[in-house]
Amino acid sequence: MIQPVDEDAPERPRLATRELSAFFGRSRVVSNVTLGFRDQEVTAIIGPSGCGKSTLLRCLNRMHETVPGASATGIVTLDGTDIYAAGVDPIAVRRHVGMVFQRPTPFPTMSIRDNVTAGLKILGRHAPRGADAEDVVEGALRHAALWDEVKDRLGESAIALSGGQQQRLCIARALAIRPQVILLDEPTASLDPLSTQKVEELVYQLKQDIAVVIVTHNMQQAARVSDRTAFLLMGDLVETAPTNTLFTAPRDPRTEAYITGRFG
Amino acid sequence: MSALRRRKAGNIVMLSLTYVASVLATLPLLFILFHLLQKGASTVSPDFFTHMPRPVGEAGGGMSNAIVGTLILIGIAGAIGLPVGIGAGLYLAEKRTGALAMTVRFLSDVLNGLPSIVLGIFAWQFLVRPFGNFSALAGGIALGAMMIPLVTRTTEEMIRLVPNSLREAALALGYPRWRTSLSVILRTALPGIVTGALVAIARIAGETAPLLFTAFGNQFWSTALREPIAALPLQIFAYAISPYDEWHAQAWAGALVLIVIVLVISLAARHVTRARFGSSTD
Amino acid sequence: MTGAATGDRLYQLAVTGFALVIPGLLALIAIAIGVAAWPAFSTAGLSFITSSEWNVQAGKFGAAPAIYGTLVSSFIALALATPLAVGVAIFLSEIAPKWLRQPVAFLVDLLAAIPSVVYGLWGIFFLVPMLRDHVVPFLRDTLHLGGTPLFSGPAYGPSMLAAGVILAIMALPYISAVTREVLLAVPRSQRDAALALGATKWEMIRDAVVPYARSGIIGGVILGLGRALGETMAVTMVIGNRPEISASLLAPGYTMASLIANEFTEATSDLHLSALMAVGAVLFVVTLIVNGIARWLVWRVASGPRA
Ligand SMILES: Nc1ncnc2c1ncn2[C@@H]1O[C@H](COP(=O)(O)OP(=O)(O)O)[C@@H](O)[C@H]1O
Ligand SMILES: [Mg+2]
Repeated sequence: MIQPVDEDAPERPRLATRELSAFFGRSRVVSNVTLGFRDQEVTAIIGPSGCGKSTLLRCLNRMHETVPGASATGIVTLDGTDIYAAGVDPIAVRRHVGMVFQRPTPFPTMSIRDNVTAGLKILGRHAPRGADAEDVVEGALRHAALWDEVKDRLGESAIALSGGQQQRLCIARALAIRPQVILLDEPTASLDPLSTQKVEELVYQLKQDIAVVIVTHNMQQAARVSDRTAFLLMGDLVETAPTNTLFTAPRDPRTEAYITGRFG
Repeated sequence: MSALRRRKAGNIVMLSLTYVASVLATLPLLFILFHLLQKGASTVSPDFFTHMPRPVGEAGGGMSNAIVGTLILIGIAGAIGLPVGIGAGLYLAEKRTGALAMTVRFLSDVLNGLPSIVLGIFAWQFLVRPFGNFSALAGGIALGAMMIPLVTRTTEEMIRLVPNSLREAALALGYPRWRTSLSVILRTALPGIVTGALVAIARIAGETAPLLFTAFGNQFWSTALREPIAALPLQIFAYAISPYDEWHAQAWAGALVLIVIVLVISLAARHVTRARFGSSTD
Repeated sequence: MTGAATGDRLYQLAVTGFALVIPGLLALIAIAIGVAAWPAFSTAGLSFITSSEWNVQAGKFGAAPAIYGTLVSSFIALALATPLAVGVAIFLSEIAPKWLRQPVAFLVDLLAAIPSVVYGLWGIFFLVPMLRDHVVPFLRDTLHLGGTPLFSGPAYGPSMLAAGVILAIMALPYISAVTREVLLAVPRSQRDAALALGATKWEMIRDAVVPYARSGIIGGVILGLGRALGETMAVTMVIGNRPEISASLLAPGYTMASLIANEFTEATSDLHLSALMAVGAVLFVVTLIVNGIARWLVWRVASGPRA
């Protein structure tokens, strides 16, 4: 089971992988990745399309295994505990490690309010009710910088929102269950520039509290929002470094080739 | 040059023939609706819905017992056909290509193609014969069995239309699989499934053949599930083949009511789909 | 947290259970019919199918007239319905202006929504008299077909012809729905290829579209056949219900389904009942085979292009 937050180990990353490999059937799309993600830090994962960024990300909250035929080997620790160990419930993992996808995925049959509380409802009788629930909704929507735009129409259908608003709603929905890590898989890929900017600002806010992992194939975005960057190529982790260093003084020639635009 | 002319003439002739075919194909429907209105409308009065059938020779009377009987039969059929069909549809949509799923999908089509009278024989053999009497329950079960493949098919199709990303979003929020299936996927597909259910109900509402062996019909008022029960289609049949003009008039009126019920359900079905998806899907 | 695992297991169990109802139901249907039919089969043996003597008083049960009537009425139905249904489908998928497609498709689909007993009622009071008073004189006097065995003998009204016509109307929407579906599945590129060769629209349909969709269309026709074979009420009401084999289409006849429906209520002896169920068994097997073939053909088209 997941251990409570250990405040005495500031050095230890919140979430870390060791020798993580991921497969679809027999084909290996992520190879032996060892990487750590810390609180109050945004880690960007960059790399050309198809290099395994999404797959790596989905191994971090055990979403990878929901694809038929998919499997993973190696270790992923959350607060020091292996989330792939026997007896660990993937559902518990996902409630500690939230995720937002490339395309907004609001639940079309639910109102804006119900979308935010969707992750809480499954707690059954432990779910917040009445005023508590309203507090959660407001808190999450404020956190996702969406409150002012939707506070007067919380009962309306979520699909009436614009794409950018939908994406922030999905972030609010992920935040409402108070995860310790949030995984963002190209969260702005389907958004217009203005919405993109809002989401990027939001990423900056989020890292005040939790660890953020963002996949992007937009290097400018990685440079703008992240503290550390990891470069993935054909499933291999080529290099990981503070974002500034990686973009100004890459150690590996392949990284240099990529950031100077010689492939991808 | 003349070859081209001939080809062009052939083109026009053949294309025109498809127009003719379309007119011919829609004519019977228009005739039937016209005759139903012409012969049935004058007999359909409020009494028709609230009164019992009268004996031969007495004009008037209604089919209240048959209308209620049909509603009861639909209720029993729905109570069986809907849960089983939706459950099986969920299974097929989630398992897709498993050996059992392929088999069940094929057999569901086979079941759908069986003559309804065969389902009547089935219900008669197991639910009438051993007990020695016809019953509403046997009729409802026969109709419910007819509904199963119809509901299964549309449920599967509608669930497959739900984007996989919604399923992933729910799983990523920590939904267990079963809750993902029921409160996100099934919920999203619901309008389409309701449409399918209504189409299935419209289809069984007018079924007669399986009821001959099961519900049997009843000249009296009965709502007991273990007794024979009247049904609109059975009553229409009995009156239609009788030699009396009063009964023929009742048969036409009954047919008009039945067709209105069926058409209203069919139109409601289309409306549900349209309301949800913006335009009709077929 | 094991609650979720338990929930998942229960859910799996439930939906698998519901899915298993379908094979279970089919098995029960087969058993029911087999059990009910057994006495008649074991008494009559193969002659049950080959003998044309159906004499309740004498306890003689030969189902040949009903089998013959089923085949003939269904054949008439397909002969009439197929060209019409394919024509409608071509019209709807290739020719009709957009605004006309929905309404016409809707009207044709509605034919499938009309209950069988309503067709029967309409058949008794309109179709049968119309055939007797107008169509038969036209066939005999204007087309001079009276001399052929098919249209000889007295024409009282209820007849094999009436059954075939009403079945044609009832099978039409099924055939045209499937045909329309498979025509729509023909890729644009097939049409473009034909047009680029200088084909007229009709030549494109005849040489590119229809051949591509052929086995799907055949599947639709066979599906319509499955419907026609098992159709009960409407046929019972217009076919005349007489267990005889006659060359004339104007003579009354029987189909398997109408025989069961018509005699069930008056069957008093166990053997008579069992004979009716045995007719049901033959019908069951025939429709099973016919539907199996139809599904296979439609599935072959739906599951992508082939040589
Ligand atoms: N469901 C799947 N089944 C099989 N292969 C997949 C699947 N999803 C992704 N892949 C393959 O895995 C590799 C990595 O994909 P992905 O992680 O989505 O890349 P990225 O997010 O970096 O674009 C690609 O080669 C892709 O083709
Ligand atoms: Mg990706």
